[in-house]
Amino acid sequence: MSTPALRLDRAGLIFLALTLGAAALAPVFALLVPRDSAFAMPPYVVALIGKYLCYAILAVALDLVWGYCGILSLGHGAFFALGGYAMGMYLMRQIGARGVYANPILPDFMVFLNWKELPVAWWGFHSFAYASLMVMLVPGLLAFAFGWFAFRSRVTGVYLSIITQALTYALKLAFFRNDFGFGGNNGLTDFKDVLGFSVQSDATRAALFSISALALALAYLVSKAIVSSKYGKALIAVRDSESRVRFLGYRVENYKLFVFVVSAVMAGIAGALYVPQVGIINPSEFDPGNSIEAVIWVAVGGRGTLVGAALGAIAVNFAKTYFTGAFPEYWLFGLGGLFVLVTLFLPKGLLGLLNMRRAARPAAAPPSPAAQEEGVQ
Amino acid sequence: MISTPLVRLATILFLLFCSTMARADAVDDALAKFFDDKFPRTEQGIDALAASGAANAPAILEALGDNRLLIDQADHLIVYQTTGGDLINAKTGEKLAGVEAGALKKVRVNNALRRAIDAAMGSLTLASPDPQKRLAAADAVFKARDATALKALDVQLAHEADPRVAEALRQARAAIIVLDSSTPSADRVAAVATLKARGDQDAQSLIDETAAKTDDPAVKAAALDAMAAIKAHLVWLNVLQNLIYGVSAASVLLLAAIGLAITFGVMGVINMAHGEMVMLGAYTTFIVQSALPPAFSQWSLAVALPLAFLVAAVVGIAIERLVIRFLYGRPLETLLATWGVSLILQQGVRSLFGANNRQVSAPDFMSGSFDWAGLQITTGRLWIVALAIIVFAALQLALRATSFGLRMRAVTQNRRMAAAMGISTSRIDMFAFALGSGVAGVAGVALSQIDNVSPNLGQGYIIDSFMVVVLGGVGNLWGTLLGALVLGVANKLLEPVIGAVLGKILLLVCIILFIQKRPRGLFALKGRAVEA
Amino acid sequence: MTLAATDDPKLTSTLLYLDGVSVSFDGYKALRGLSLTLAPGEMRAIIGPNGAGKTTMMDVITGKTRPDEGDVYFEGRHDLTRLDEAEIAELGVGRKFQKPTVFENHTVSDNLLLAAKAPRGVFATLFGGSGAAQNETIERILTTIRLADLRQTRAGGLSHGQKQWLEIGMLLAQDPKLLLVDEPVAGMTDAETAATAELLREISHDHSVVVVEHDMAFVRELGVKVTVLHEGSVLAEGSLDQVSADERVIEVYLGR
Repeated sequence: MSTPALRLDRAGLIFLALTLGAAALAPVFALLVPRDSAFAMPPYVVALIGKYLCYAILAVALDLVWGYCGILSLGHGAFFALGGYAMGMYLMRQIGARGVYANPILPDFMVFLNWKELPVAWWGFHSFAYASLMVMLVPGLLAFAFGWFAFRSRVTGVYLSIITQALTYALKLAFFRNDFGFGGNNGLTDFKDVLGFSVQSDATRAALFSISALALALAYLVSKAIVSSKYGKALIAVRDSESRVRFLGYRVENYKLFVFVVSAVMAGIAGALYVPQVGIINPSEFDPGNSIEAVIWVAVGGRGTLVGAALGAIAVNFAKTYFTGAFPEYWLFGLGGLFVLVTLFLPKGLLGLLNMRRAARPAAAPPSPAAQEEGVQ
Repeated sequence: MISTPLVRLATILFLLFCSTMARADAVDDALAKFFDDKFPRTEQGIDALAASGAANAPAILEALGDNRLLIDQADHLIVYQTTGGDLINAKTGEKLAGVEAGALKKVRVNNALRRAIDAAMGSLTLASPDPQKRLAAADAVFKARDATALKALDVQLAHEADPRVAEALRQARAAIIVLDSSTPSADRVAAVATLKARGDQDAQSLIDETAAKTDDPAVKAAALDAMAAIKAHLVWLNVLQNLIYGVSAASVLLLAAIGLAITFGVMGVINMAHGEMVMLGAYTTFIVQSALPPAFSQWSLAVALPLAFLVAAVVGIAIERLVIRFLYGRPLETLLATWGVSLILQQGVRSLFGANNRQVSAPDFMSGSFDWAGLQITTGRLWIVALAIIVFAALQLALRATSFGLRMRAVTQNRRMAAAMGISTSRIDMFAFALGSGVAGVAGVALSQIDNVSPNLGQGYIIDSFMVVVLGGVGNLWGTLLGALVLGVANKLLEPVIGAVLGKILLLVCIILFIQKRPRGLFALKGRAVEA
Repeated sequence: MTLAATDDPKLTSTLLYLDGVSVSFDGYKALRGLSLTLAPGEMRAIIGPNGAGKTTMMDVITGKTRPDEGDVYFEGRHDLTRLDEAEIAELGVGRKFQKPTVFENHTVSDNLLLAAKAPRGVFATLFGGSGAAQNETIERILTTIRLADLRQTRAGGLSHGQKQWLEIGMLLAQDPKLLLVDEPVAGMTDAETAATAELLREISHDHSVVVVEHDMAFVRELGVKVTVLHEGSVLAEGSLDQVSADERVIEVYLGR
């Protein structure tokens, strides 16, 4: 036994190589390679895959709480959307006098609603630093407040899941209201630039792509460090036998609260990166359906694997893009079927399937992939 | 202050006498005023016609109000068209033949004239032999506050036998004189008292007006007093009305949640496709209504109820046998899988019936609304409350009085022990699921009456239903009933105060706090077995 | 939280003090006025037929169940009825469950690591490593519970007896002042049972132990004071020979 140095398994190393490689190479293929070349990355592909990368960060965050601590959150989309709104508010303030009503302070929708002053909630969002802080602080605080109540009162299992769903549902209702002060039904859009760079330009898009890929790599490393520590072991113990951990003297509620807040912050960052790439944030991001869809990404890739969660997010969303284009009628059948089939036949996900294959080859394989990942002393 | 009762009586008798004598001429004069088809003249005509008290005056006035009073310029005739389409000579009451209604000119009316017509109708029918009509007439006078009706009111009041009508007449009279400064102060104070006894919105505004306008200190004091009393009364009425809305909302919640309470209680899993069972029930109603010949349309809901139960139950069994059974002991995975099923069902219905809302009409006996002690009650909602009570009672009976119910309760309380006693828990699961889904289908029939029948119908209900189950606790349907009532009523009481959305959010927060205190609901099962 | 109830000499001289404890579930009285004291360093065996309230008593002591009435004090100072499971465990009360509960997805040594006496805070476990002294302790325990060769095996892959021992090992690593051991030899072979009795006797040198057991041969092997529970209260107390001779005990427990 040694101090908790971060030891990466093979899947983790490959994953890191891929994300870092993507971060480095995307600008090359998007900007330097001539447009008509077969290797060129057209802008829409940059934006599309950049979006997938943000989803992958959300999936890693979700896997952290679900795969390692057994908290099935059906409301993680809320943290994602809150991070997105915080970034969107910064982008709205950046528009300044270039809006339709040319008001230097108030965003268009406020002028339209005949508001005279900037609401308090919007103060400070002209500053990128402040907005970045809020991207993490708002989802983090909400997760803290929610988790403090829920975990202390030992709300677990389906109760917790449905309550998290109710949370995002309530937020959706609130954000739909005009007088809530965040653009109502239409949300925030028509962004012009971020840190002085036009959000429309190819270079900005490529940069956002690279930042998203780096953020994904970082999210993976942080999550991996957390689950590899003794804290992470305790977390898995909570997942498998919560009351036993309690009888060992661990304050389970604090353990859950910490990982829940970390995960929410991660989701918030994912949302913040997502918004400038898709160019809009509106209350439909709070839809309970979005949150539960994120859960299936994790399930498809393999929960409790982190890498699998990220790959699942990218694979499912790739399929979604393809199917909603080619056979829009059938996508929901496909998605619904995916939920059923994965839970019934693929409880460990695609990565679990791969691991089992690999484990099956040598005759004297250890009984589980988990044991394999721990490595030998 | 010389207006003694005797003088008044004499005046009335005199007026009565005059009106009888002058009746025939008066009708002629009145009708003549309609010829000019100018609003001020027409109004004079209305008043004159009302004053004439002629037998066919109500019919003429009604026709005028409905744009059915016609002028034949050529033959100098006033004609009205009955709702059946016949043309009647207004003066003689004879039917006209060989005249086209289209060839005649309509007497125009505006809103001010319509009010005049209503007031006139009121004073005309005050003397009707039918007490119901007299009541309606008194009410019309009350609303119109037409001073010209005062005479007729006094006449009728003098010999009115029906106490309810008499009260209505007094109220109408009070409404007229309370603002009239020529009336003696004592009478006006008495009028305020009469209005206060009536106590509704109209009376309130009238008293408000009196308090604001009058110079008479005694009247003003009485009006201010009455204002306060009526306000208090209206606040109560308002609370009661919201309570009724709340109970109505609770009945919908109960119908939607009670099936979920059964499946969650027995199997400990949340069926996220529960809302889609409700949706299937609603679509079953739509299909039944489209398939039934129009002659049977009154019976469509009666046919739809058992069918919706069957359809939803069969789909429920299919879900249980094909999916949930294999996920036993993994409630979170069950939640995900059934969510997938709900997506498939939604898209399936969308592919079959289209994404648009479908119209389901209500049978006659379920439409409309009525007034009860100042409270508005919608007939359709009343039927839904009745259905909820029936479903609840039937389920209680099924769980308490049948051996299936006994076994189901056993599995709810302690699955392992029940299995050890030889109960086939797998079969119980299947039947419980069929029952829970079937009841959801029945809920769908009710919801088709108040909600849009669309593929998304069920989505809105799963969270609310689960909140009811959380609040009520599992294993006891009384808990579900109480949970539904608390949520429904709280929602409707909060709505007018802080708005629908904020109310909903506040309730969600309250439920999260409630789980703190009572993690297992209002009616919790206790004991060691529950811990497992 | 630490109520100084020092007036009562009986309280201060005890490690564990239960007085008049009653618990009921929906009208069923699991404990009715149970009173029991345990001196520091003492080992006690608790026997009783099914439904006598043995497990409920454990639940009350460890904070899983709140008693309806009665006092429960630890070391004469700590009112256990006001503390939750984690706080009670931190005070030094360890528990081994009837059904062996180890963390199946962790290795044997990780199970011990999680149980080992060390700061339990989130940040302590997140950033702190395991010290050399702790590793030494874990190694020693691995030898004691004879699982040294299986230290990297997933606990879920152990045999039933090995899981029982691992759980006892986790208790040792936790190093509590009081060990509550629920049916430690259920499902063990005779040889294993004897070895377990030996292990518990060894443990009792520097820990107080409460053992709940059905197996009479095992209780005899322990050779300690016995408390007989029946219908939620104490029926008899004394050496095994004494209580076996008690008329009432024979009637309700040993059967006639």
